Amino acid sequence: MGMAIAEKILARHCGKKSVEPGTFIEAKVDIALGNDITAPLAIEEFKKVGGSKVFDPDRVVLVPDHFTPNKDIKSAEQCQILRSFAREQGLSHYYEVGRMGIEHALLPEEGVVLPGDLVVGADSHTCTYGALGAFACGVGSTDLAFAMLTGKCWFRVPETIKFVYKGKLNKWVSGKDLILYTIGDIGVDGALYKVMEFTGPVIRRLTMADRLTMCNMAVEAGAKSGIIEPDKETIEYIEARAERPYEIIRGEKSARYAKVIEYNCSKIEPQVAFPPLPSNTRPISRVGEVYIDQVVIGSCTNGRIEDLRISAQVLKGRKVHPRVRLIIIPATQKVYREALSEGLLETFIDAGAVVSTPTCGPCLGGHMGVLAEGEKAIATTNRNFAGRMGHPKSQIYLSNPAITAASAIAGKITSPEAL
Amino acid sequence: MEIKAKAHKFGDNINTDDIIPARYLNTYDPKELARHCMEGVDEEFVRKLGRPSVTGHCIVAGKNFGCGSSREHAPLAIKGAGISCVIAESFARIFYRNAINIGLPILESKRASKRIDSGDEILIDLSKGRITNLSKKENYKVQPFPEFIQEIIIAGGLMRYVKKKSKRQER
Repeated sequence: MGMAIAEKILARHCGKKSVEPGTFIEAKVDIALGNDITAPLAIEEFKKVGGSKVFDPDRVVLVPDHFTPNKDIKSAEQCQILRSFAREQGLSHYYEVGRMGIEHALLPEEGVVLPGDLVVGADSHTCTYGALGAFACGVGSTDLAFAMLTGKCWFRVPETIKFVYKGKLNKWVSGKDLILYTIGDIGVDGALYKVMEFTGPVIRRLTMADRLTMCNMAVEAGAKSGIIEPDKETIEYIEARAERPYEIIRGEKSARYAKVIEYNCSKIEPQVAFPPLPSNTRPISRVGEVYIDQVVIGSCTNGRIEDLRISAQVLKGRKVHPRVRLIIIPATQKVYREALSEGLLETFIDAGAVVSTPTCGPCLGGHMGVLAEGEKAIATTNRNFAGRMGHPKSQIYLSNPAITAASAIAGKITSPEAL
Repeated sequence: MEIKAKAHKFGDNINTDDIIPARYLNTYDPKELARHCMEGVDEEFVRKLGRPSVTGHCIVAGKNFGCGSSREHAPLAIKGAGISCVIAESFARIFYRNAINIGLPILESKRASKRIDSGDEILIDLSKGRITNLSKKENYKVQPFPEFIQEIIIAGGLMRYVKKKSKRQER
């Protein structure tokens, strides 16, 4: 029986010819990642067991992105822990405010994560890197401490579910809609402990930005990771930025899957996930009248330059509804710079939007757009749990950048077609 | 190891923002986190636990407990609040490994998750993998942990397990 791509990468990293789903392995990791929320705890655990040197200062990556620029004194102190650890260990991948970005947008952009890699990150959206043909999954702080110390992590080899996307994408339908539709179909625990492998002709035609968005949200279906086999598009993207050699790994033809699920994309409309779960999806035509107070475009899910271009296309020459606050957050400094030179920032500001420096900020109710009691927001982010963006009695709707931008203009959830 | 605890029941898909809202993540002090345990879903939860008594507390939940973020602050808040065990029909995978890594006992049992009500007195035998509902006089079977995970649990968490292993190698 053959191995799917995820199993093959895991086998390669534990020095075995093959691995079977369900078995426990200890595997070498290529990159261990932490942020300003999870790394301080990992650093403490690292020091508690007497750790003095990380396994490889080029492979431990720290990104202060959640509550940065520091939102309060405690957050500033958390960041300080990262900063001094990075200096003391001589880490080559520590990204300071002003030169950083949201971790899962930043690492692919910088060529830090590469095809065939095994990546663990103390952040649940680490699964994003599956779009590059890497096996990447979220872990906790103790796992990160262990990985920083030993260069290893324990895994239970997961089964893989194969998703095949066929047909043609409708107008305004993006990777975000495909993943929301999929989560809506299988549920928030539909892929629990499993890998979601995205395949099919539609995936082959998707941009890297859309692929990263899809893998990013695999965790919202309970998956250990999302993954897409590398192709010409992946290699072109990687070649322009890889900082070290890499190996393309693909699954075997005889690979065994836990399940194969096919979708006809010609039938998929832009999707909106209603509160309080990402699986609570409806096609835009069946949303009804939902008035909103705030709109957020950004995050590790949809804060890339492609997302900002679509938003600008919708916002150009229009004004944000008087009742609405529109907050736009380019995911990295590079995206910010590109948006500036392409004139997108001008479009946003002319429309009446706030443009923020890169931060996870409002996505997890941290800062830069926290909601009051009873307020409703539509966002391009990844989670719409009750109160996630602020007050426990505030609500979040999830959608793609086009729908989200159009909703900022209309003051209610709407398609650009209806403007 | 036996744990006697009073059950506190929750539903399906309890996420990490329910367990510890992100606005409290500017610290990782378990005592501070414990003050806000389950605040996202029940603001009164910590107050209801009251002072520590002879009988401990356990959380009983439905499917996919701990979904969402990778924050280890979630099991830390639960442990810090004096909850001695979490029983659920299923756990989200990062929460599952985090709980094991920090030494918070968790048990998967569909029947226990369905049958136990808030206020029931529960007796948990971790080594035998058995849950007894003293109030309803019922026993529930538990999905046993794989051997590798049992070793981490016995050691009292992943880092202690590492320490133990490295000491053994030194000898």
